[in-house]
Amino acid sequence: MNSSDENDDSQWTKVIRARSGWFDLRLGELWDYRDLIILLVRRDFVTIYKQTVLGPFWFMLQPLISTVIFTVIFGKIANIPTDGVPQPLFYMGGIVTWNYFAGCLNRTSDTFVANEGIFGKVYFPRLAVPLSAVIINLLNFAIQFVLFLAFLLFFLARGSNIHPNGWLLLTPLLLLQMGALGLGLGVLISSLTIKYRDLSFFVGFGIQLWMYATPIVYPMSQVPVKWQWIYLLNPVAAIVETFRYAYLGSGTIRFWQLGVSAGITVLLLGVGIVIFSRVQKTFMDTV
Amino acid sequence: MSDIVIKVEELTKEYRLGTISHGTLKEDLQSWWARLRGKEDPNSLVSHPSSLPRRQGLNPHFLALDKVSFEIKRGEAVGIIGRNGAGKSTLLKILSEVTAPSGGTVKIRGRVASLLEVGTGFHPELTGRENIYLNGTILGMKRAEIQRKFDEIVAFAEIDQFIDTPVKRYSSGMYVRLAFAVAAHLDPEILIVDEVLSVGDASFQKKCLGKMEDVSKGEGRTVLFVSHNLTAIQNFCTTTMYLQGGKLVAVGKTATIVERYLGDCLSSTALVWEGNHEPNEYLTITRAKIVKARSESDEIYINEEFRIDITVEVVKQVADIAFEIFVKTLDGIVVFNSFTDCMNLGRGSSVASCHIPGNLLNNGHFTITVVISKNFSYWLVKIEDALAVDLLSCPEGTGWQGDCPGVVRPKLLWTV
Repeated sequence: MNSSDENDDSQWTKVIRARSGWFDLRLGELWDYRDLIILLVRRDFVTIYKQTVLGPFWFMLQPLISTVIFTVIFGKIANIPTDGVPQPLFYMGGIVTWNYFAGCLNRTSDTFVANEGIFGKVYFPRLAVPLSAVIINLLNFAIQFVLFLAFLLFFLARGSNIHPNGWLLLTPLLLLQMGALGLGLGVLISSLTIKYRDLSFFVGFGIQLWMYATPIVYPMSQVPVKWQWIYLLNPVAAIVETFRYAYLGSGTIRFWQLGVSAGITVLLLGVGIVIFSRVQKTFMDTV
Repeated sequence: MSDIVIKVEELTKEYRLGTISHGTLKEDLQSWWARLRGKEDPNSLVSHPSSLPRRQGLNPHFLALDKVSFEIKRGEAVGIIGRNGAGKSTLLKILSEVTAPSGGTVKIRGRVASLLEVGTGFHPELTGRENIYLNGTILGMKRAEIQRKFDEIVAFAEIDQFIDTPVKRYSSGMYVRLAFAVAAHLDPEILIVDEVLSVGDASFQKKCLGKMEDVSKGEGRTVLFVSHNLTAIQNFCTTTMYLQGGKLVAVGKTATIVERYLGDCLSSTALVWEGNHEPNEYLTITRAKIVKARSESDEIYINEEFRIDITVEVVKQVADIAFEIFVKTLDGIVVFNSFTDCMNLGRGSSVASCHIPGNLLNNGHFTITVVISKNFSYWLVKIEDALAVDLLSCPEGTGWQGDCPGVVRPKLLWTV
């Protein structure tokens, strides 16, 4: 052995230092731990349904009931227009997409606090946990999406004023973007909640408020044109509107709007992951 | 290729007591606003470099590890010993990347698996089978690897007929067996094990140690092992490191190091404890003390009664608490655990005394861990090895004066 060998980092499998750079993300490790991600998804999926009678139908019940309530309150009582689309379909499209985003955000935002026990005892890439949460929400979305499709077919058969079109092909991209947005913001919040526990109280409430800043219970056409640019700073708005346009043919969507939304998503995801990776190294000392 | 698999240089871990993060946004904003106006931070513990800490005697920087350097060769079984708070667990946490060091470097060659706890990530609703896979992947195994070793794991844990039962229905023994079985079948080049063998029954502990021995001797892997069980360390480790107050004070052949450690322990009888412990909202133990029944000299003989006085200061009225002590030998074996009934305490100070009769313990060195538990379900305060006492063989003229084997030496009724 010679000493120059020992000082060369490449001779070692792993070098642990006090401070590593902001961009020491080690995302490649996630791939090595892909089996863990799959098993975490399985764990949560299995434990949700164990000892429940209705199982996956719970996930259908919630959008169904919300749709009825929205139809009565916002459609019948408040009389908010829905761009000529049958009200139940309009609301359900919004609810299903929103649920996916909100679910991703909600479940990833308590990553550190909820997994304190495991994180304190063993190392694995921490991002595996929020990533698995996004995948679980994707599965939940799939269940709810089937329900939405059933509604869609029913109204199509009745000859309602809806026009599914080529934008449908964007669906996977929209889902990816919503997942990325939920994940990015979620891990960002989870990193901040270590320091500011107050934030976790705000998350649930904040998500509710956010829904009203998104075209879920009203179409985007109801937003005054001169305010739309500010409205579109909400990256979810463009996604929901595109989704509705693709399946129902109502509303308007332009590429630049999606572009802004995608830009914000990439930014949030990037910042989220960088801060998350930074915090994960020492968070055990602060909880 | 070099033989050194772990190289640690000047490793330091600093914990900041006091306020680094205030925990609430309001206080952080306050501090930030104050700094912005060039005023003194109202929430800072050490407000200016020149001024003194607000609370005297509280050092805001605490070094859990202080410039520790060592090298470990391939295939070595290394024991780490030291009193509580010496930095053993912190060292293992850094080596297993649970937390980052504040200074220094660690260089590692090969895959590391750490076992700081048995059954990390076990989910009570999942079956034994599902948990084997989940726990295995958390510890860094691939699914295919687990599949290959599945039967071996189940056989080691001796739970074949319960493999498809949710682990929440397992007895605690089964649970521990399963958890250790998974960890024991990891195939890392370096295995890091914290005090995990203190759980489970004796025969299983033996089996675990045997398995660890196979791993290190038979398969040429490196094992780092923290334990209070000196017998286990002596049987299993070739080399031992002795940590004291965050510093590495000695490394070398296990027998030599253990002897030195025991020597240090023996010379440090602690008849009074007056320190700080982790705070809680209800009470603090201000003092624990060993008091002789007859106080002519400091020595305590095995035939004499003595008592342990625990003084608490209650700041908030508290219900259903119990005082407890654990009396342990130097090897970390618990001789007995004794506790009061659940009681309520009002504000103010109280003293609980535990009377330990003469003719119970054997001569030798014992440590006493002081605990206050709540609802008999969790520990409000636990001061590990707060007190230490040396019991001497009977004074002249009152019986056999030599040593006797055993942990206890009760005086029993004999009829002939």
